[in-house]
Amino acid sequence: MNTIKNSGKGEKAFDYVLAVIFVFIIAMTVYPFLNVLAISLNDPMDTMRNVNFIIPRVFSVSNYIYVFTENSLGGPFVMSIVRTLVGTAVGVICTAMLSYVLSRKDFYFNKLFTMLFIITMYVSGGMIPEYLLLTRTLHMSNNFLVYIVPGLIWVYNVILMRSFIEGLPMALQEAAKIDGANDFLIWAKIILPLCAPSLATVALFVAVGQWNSFMDTYLYARELPTLQYVLYEIMEKATIKIDPHAPAGTLQNAVSPMSVRMAITVIATVPILVVYPFLQKYFVGGMTVGAVKD
Amino acid sequence: MKEKIRSKKQKFSAKLMWKQRYLLLMSVPFVIWLIIFKYIPLWGWTMAFQDVTPKSFAQPIWEREFAGFGNFTKAFTDRLFAQTMINTIGTSILGILLGTVFAILFALMMNEIRFNRFKKVTQTVSYLPHFVSWVIIASIAKMLLNDGGAVDTFLGTQLHLMSTNSPLFWVVVCFINVWKEMGWDAIIYLSAMAGIDQGLYEAAKVDGANRFKRIWHITLPSIKPTVTVLLIMSIGSALNVGMERQMLLSNGIVQDHAMVLSWFAYIRGIGNNNYGLGTAIGVFQSIVSIALLLIANKIAGMLGESKLV
Repeated sequence: MNTIKNSGKGEKAFDYVLAVIFVFIIAMTVYPFLNVLAISLNDPMDTMRNVNFIIPRVFSVSNYIYVFTENSLGGPFVMSIVRTLVGTAVGVICTAMLSYVLSRKDFYFNKLFTMLFIITMYVSGGMIPEYLLLTRTLHMSNNFLVYIVPGLIWVYNVILMRSFIEGLPMALQEAAKIDGANDFLIWAKIILPLCAPSLATVALFVAVGQWNSFMDTYLYARELPTLQYVLYEIMEKATIKIDPHAPAGTLQNAVSPMSVRMAITVIATVPILVVYPFLQKYFVGGMTVGAVKD
Repeated sequence: MKEKIRSKKQKFSAKLMWKQRYLLLMSVPFVIWLIIFKYIPLWGWTMAFQDVTPKSFAQPIWEREFAGFGNFTKAFTDRLFAQTMINTIGTSILGILLGTVFAILFALMMNEIRFNRFKKVTQTVSYLPHFVSWVIIASIAKMLLNDGGAVDTFLGTQLHLMSTNSPLFWVVVCFINVWKEMGWDAIIYLSAMAGIDQGLYEAAKVDGANRFKRIWHITLPSIKPTVTVLLIMSIGSALNVGMERQMLLSNGIVQDHAMVLSWFAYIRGIGNNNYGLGTAIGVFQSIVSIALLLIANKIAGMLGESKLV
C-alpha cells in the first residue's frame, strides 16, 4: 500500500494516471447534482432554453418560492421530517434495547430469539401478504403508524449493534450488577452511553431509510405524501397543475415543470448531504463489523 | 452474593424467569412485533394455493376455495411471465457482473493511490449517491439520459438510452446502479485489502514484482474469499430485483424490458386484485432464491472456495 517507498519512475506516472481517473470519477458523481442545483436556482424561462449547465445563468429563487407557496410542498416536507425524526428515535431505541438483550449470553431465550430474528433476513412473506396484513387485517392504510411500526427494527442493524456491545468489557456490567443495578438500568446507564458510535451508525441508516422511503407511501399512505412521493408524482405527470384562473404573467405560469422538479429534488437531497459526511467514520467501521459477523 | 452474567447452561424455572424479568420485558414486545409483521405474512403463503380476491379475503381460511397449483400455472402461462423472467435474470446477472467488477476496480485504485487527502475526498464523494433515494436518482437520470439530455449532448449523438424498448434498458439500469453503489460496495473490498500482510508486498518488491504483478498475485488472491462470499449472497438474491428501482426508472416505452418479478407480483396481486396469483409469484421468487443460494454455496464448496454456510 502506501508504505512502499522509493518507487520507480513508471510507478510515479501510474500514481498520476490514478489521480486523473479519480478526478473523472468525482466529476461523474458530482456533475449531476450540480446540474440539478443550478437548474433549481435558475430562472425557469431561461432553463427552457438549455438544461446543461452547472452555474445558474439567470439566478432566481422563484422555483423554491413556487413549490412552497403554490405547489403546497409544505405538508409533504413536514411529513418527511416528522417521520424521519420519530422513526429514527423510536427505531434506534428499540434496536439498542433488543441488541443488548441478544448480546446477553446468559439470557434463557437468547438463542431462540436470535434465531427467530435471523430467519426473517432470509425468508419473508413477500409483498402481497404484507400488503394484505397492513391494509386489510390491521387497517393501517393512511395511518401515520404505517411509517413507523412495520419497519421498526432492521435485523441487520441489530446484528451490527450486538457485535458492538459484545466488544465492550463485560466487567462493567458485572460491577453494576454487584452494585444492585437491574438489567434495564445497566442498559440505560452503562451500555447506551458506551454505544454512541454504534448508535450514530444505526441512526444514520434508519434516518436515511426513513427520509428516502417511497414504497410505503406508494403502497399504503398516498394520503400522507412525503417529499419523495411528491417528486414521484411530478415525474409521473411530467407536467404540473397550473391554475387556469391565475392572471397571465404571474410567477405561477413562469415556472416550468423541469425547474419545479429540480427544486424539489434539491430539497429532498440536501438534508442527507449535510448529515452523511460527518458520520462517515462511524458507518465505514459499522459496515465492516456487520459484514464479518454472522 | 455474586450473580454471574457469563454462566451458560441454565434450566428453565420460574425463578430464572423472575431473575431475567427485565431482559424478558426488553425483548418479548419485539418478538411479538416480529411474529405479527414478519411471520404472519409468511403464513400468508397459504394464499398461493387458494383463490383469494378482495371479497374472499375476509372469509376464514378454510372457507376459501382451494386452488392447488392453479395460481402457479396461471402465473407461468401469463403473457407477461416469460419476458418478465428474462428481464429479471438479465438485469440481475448484468448487475452482479458490472457491480462486482466496478467495485473491485474502484477498491483497487483506492488501495493503490498515494495522495492521501485526495483519496479521502474521493471516498466521501463516492458514498454520496448511495444515500440518495431512487426517486431522486430517477429524477436526475431522466433529465440526463432522456433524448437530448446531457449525455446525448456531450457525446453529440442520439443514444435513445431511455427510449429504446430493448435489453439496452438493462444496461442503462445497471450502469445507473454502478454509479450509485460503486463507492459504497467498495468499502467491504477495501477493508479486506487493509487486512493484507504488508510484508507480502515488501517481499514481492524485493523479488522485482511491479505494481500490476503485486496486484495480480497478492491483492486479488487475498480478497478472493470476500468476493466469493459476496457473489454467493448476490446469486441468492438474483431474482429479487427491486420493483422500486425498475418502476421509477422506466417509462411507457421501455416498460416491456423493465418489468421484473416483484413488479409483476404487484401488478397481478394488487393491481388486478388477484391476491392468490400475486402471492404465488412471490412464493416462486422466494423458493427459487433459496435454491439458488444453496446451489451457489455448494458449487463454491466444490471449487474449494470459502463457503457461506
